[in-house]
Amino acid sequence: MIISGLAFYLFSIIAVVAAVMVISARNPVHSVLYLIVVFFNSAALFVLMGAEFLALILVIVYVGAVAVLFLFVVMMLDIDFTELREGFLRYLPIGLVIGLILLVELFVVIGAWAFASDAANQIAAPAPPADQVDNTLALGRLLYTDYAYLFQAAGMILLVAMIGAIVLTLRHRPDTKRQRVAEQVARRPDEVLDVRKVNPGEGI
Amino acid sequence: MLEIGLSHYLTVAAVLFTLGIFGIFLNRKNVIIILMSVELMLLAVNINLVAFSTTLNDMVGQVFAMFVLTVAAAEAAIGLAILVVYFRNRGTIEVEDINLMKG
Repeated sequence: MIISGLAFYLFSIIAVVAAVMVISARNPVHSVLYLIVVFFNSAALFVLMGAEFLALILVIVYVGAVAVLFLFVVMMLDIDFTELREGFLRYLPIGLVIGLILLVELFVVIGAWAFASDAANQIAAPAPPADQVDNTLALGRLLYTDYAYLFQAAGMILLVAMIGAIVLTLRHRPDTKRQRVAEQVARRPDEVLDVRKVNPGEGI
Repeated sequence: MLEIGLSHYLTVAAVLFTLGIFGIFLNRKNVIIILMSVELMLLAVNINLVAFSTTLNDMVGQVFAMFVLTVAAAEAAIGLAILVVYFRNRGTIEVEDINLMKG
């Protein structure tokens, strides 16, 4: 119990400090790297809570795909980032005020709420005991039966996002030279060859 | 203090969410950091969902967290694609310049 408590504090403190660094780092590449730290520590928190599958999904999807995508975009675009930081201090006071207000409100909510009396009776899909059925199996059983349509809808969302990203960023450069296979195959000899009779001693 | 309960996780999620909003205010000009802040906020929401799910012993919270994750990944891909196209056309990513379509 003590070890899990200490682990919680370790992971959560590192996650919060790294989140602060994400929004305040001078270099966006460092921001992305700190974002990866946040994701790793949140995945560790998920493991502590007992949601192993989501923890691994978080590492694979966020660190492996989203953060690398961010890194690619940050490194590919040739941007003067010092210019983008000009308004940094101008917006600091209003941001601090609004952030503090929101944080106080959230803490008021967290400190004062309680479960409804019949909350335990309204559980939609009771989790099986963890020592018999592990988290991944339980989640898969639920996802492929009761939530199959939602699962396919999520797949459609990803498909639309993929097509959208390709359509947005695909561009045809008119000045690049490409091979047109269809034209090459459709070429006929009488279109490109001109057979002439050349008499000896004369040119064409 | 070392007995970790639901409220501890809710506190961490609240702090992360606030940092996400704070990041949007702080980096008003840099769309990339704003997108990262949105990712932070979605992560905080996911922590909330999973914390309630494991506390109440209800698997639906984790299913929902997975869908939030899916939408967040799609959103990041589309957002970064729009960013790349915008940079190609304008040569900058300053948010304050993005007012061409205000009608």
